[in-house]
Amino acid sequence: MLSSQSLAAIDAEVVKYPADQKQSAVMAALRIAQTEKGWLTPELVEYVAHHLDMPPIAAFEVATFYNMYDTRPVGRHKITLCTNLPCLLMGAGELGEHLKKKLGIEFGQTTDDGRYTLKEGECMGACGDAPMCLHNNHTMHTQLTPEKVDALLDKLK
Amino acid sequence: MSLLTPTVKVCSWTQELDNPASLATYVAHGGYQALRRIVTEKVSGDDIIAELKTSALRGRGGAGFPTGLKWSFMPRAFPGDKYIVCNSDEGEPGTFKDRDILRYNPHQLIEGMAIAGYVLGAKVGYNYIHGEIFEIYQIFERALEEARAAGYLGDNLFGTDFCFQLHAHHGYGAYICGEETALLESIEGKKGQPRFKPPFPASFGLYGKPTTINNTETLASVPWIMQHGGQAFLELGKPNNGGAKLFSVSGHVNKPGNYEVGLGTPFSELLEMAGGVRNGHKLKAVIPGGSSAPVLPGHVMMDCTMDFDSIAKAGSMLGSGAVIVMDETTCMVRALERLSYFYFEESCGQCTPCREGTGWMYRVIHRIEHGQGRAEDLDLLNSVASRIGGHTICALGDAAAMPVQSFLKHFGDEFAYHVEHKRCMV
Repeated sequence: MLSSQSLAAIDAEVVKYPADQKQSAVMAALRIAQTEKGWLTPELVEYVAHHLDMPPIAAFEVATFYNMYDTRPVGRHKITLCTNLPCLLMGAGELGEHLKKKLGIEFGQTTDDGRYTLKEGECMGACGDAPMCLHNNHTMHTQLTPEKVDALLDKLK
Repeated sequence: MSLLTPTVKVCSWTQELDNPASLATYVAHGGYQALRRIVTEKVSGDDIIAELKTSALRGRGGAGFPTGLKWSFMPRAFPGDKYIVCNSDEGEPGTFKDRDILRYNPHQLIEGMAIAGYVLGAKVGYNYIHGEIFEIYQIFERALEEARAAGYLGDNLFGTDFCFQLHAHHGYGAYICGEETALLESIEGKKGQPRFKPPFPASFGLYGKPTTINNTETLASVPWIMQHGGQAFLELGKPNNGGAKLFSVSGHVNKPGNYEVGLGTPFSELLEMAGGVRNGHKLKAVIPGGSSAPVLPGHVMMDCTMDFDSIAKAGSMLGSGAVIVMDETTCMVRALERLSYFYFEESCGQCTPCREGTGWMYRVIHRIEHGQGRAEDLDLLNSVASRIGGHTICALGDAAAMPVQSFLKHFGDEFAYHVEHKRCMV
């Protein structure tokens, strides 16, 4: 269900923890699985749980508790815009409106062509570079302006 | 500048150097000398803890608990597994200092954690890194690999019997995991829901073993203190508020960013370093210690010095040192609405007062902001807030209540205006 690279990456996480605590690697394993497959289908979560010898329900608890996991389909490019107070003070509110208008969707929605998903995020811990967004959870874009956001969207095919 | 220069740049001295995060840079400027000396000369853990107590180093993650005292709680002679855990789950709105330590000075944190491992008898440590900063997590992983390859992490360090291994654990989006017992649950591969205390982590921590949890900046300050002594660190700050501190200045200033200054530095100086209020606007309000700290009017802040005691006396908290600056154009109702949404969104759902109360407060503030406020709403908000604070397992409940109570206390007329006129006064 997962590529050999992903499985190797998961195994490299497992060895960080005591031999009888494989479950500790579930957060990383779900992240790696989601990065390969785009989003966490129920089958994928179960697969990860079995791989780590843990009850599937415990893996579902993790997948649904942490907000960077996607347990529903998302577009190829997920843009998570921080709108928390320091970002808001620096124009994240206007930026959010700009993104919604440009993409024709609300927060939590995906464009019809499956290209973009727009999400409202919570504090990303980089408030000195506000406003900011994350692209597919792992790449941060900071000191955003409407022009910079437009350029970013154009780049993401 | 180097780790050997006893300046106020305790954690941020690498920033002006080329390749600040590399092992070569760190070692060339005095890095890992303190660890080597401690381990090879077999300095006693009691002496190191005494030095930390002299330094008056207080936890940099928000609570300000004395670090030497915390380390002394650890049952160091307990024969089984013990852990040192670093809390880099920096998600308190306004806080972004640990990110800079991880990306510009990761080895000072690694050295600090190794010293902690030596003192506390922990052979393994974990650094829990905030989910949204994946690129920073990768920088830290590379630093760990460098440290392992160079013999600063692993078995029989410096040819002694001291062994210490350190791993990074990457979060994936949950503010609550900054709470230390939620963080432990998260490392164990579970939902990040805080535990009842007691038992405290020093007796029942990670995997049920004795565990000490410190903030990134706290642990990164340890090598400096071991290099220059507790007294030198204390003298960077003021009594009971030892050392320098990174302040994350965000919001309406001309130069947002991290500024490391001695504790006790006047707020006005810090504001000046950050370029002053943007566009020559007037200062309206400041949240001095991250979003959970009570807001203070600008004129009150201008009389404060940046240390635990001065900010507490003014009615707020130094917290994590996250200074959110708001100028005269800020609508305080809108600002509080967003903060309330944050606590509602991030409540783990375990305790009823927090789970239900955070949503209730958000909905009331939302309707005030959207011109549907009712005359009784301000009393209602105070009432709900007072019933959350102190009635939950962890401090998130208090963290949700304090902004509401302080915004109403200092800017109540703005809320009343919103309710009466259905619009904003700014």
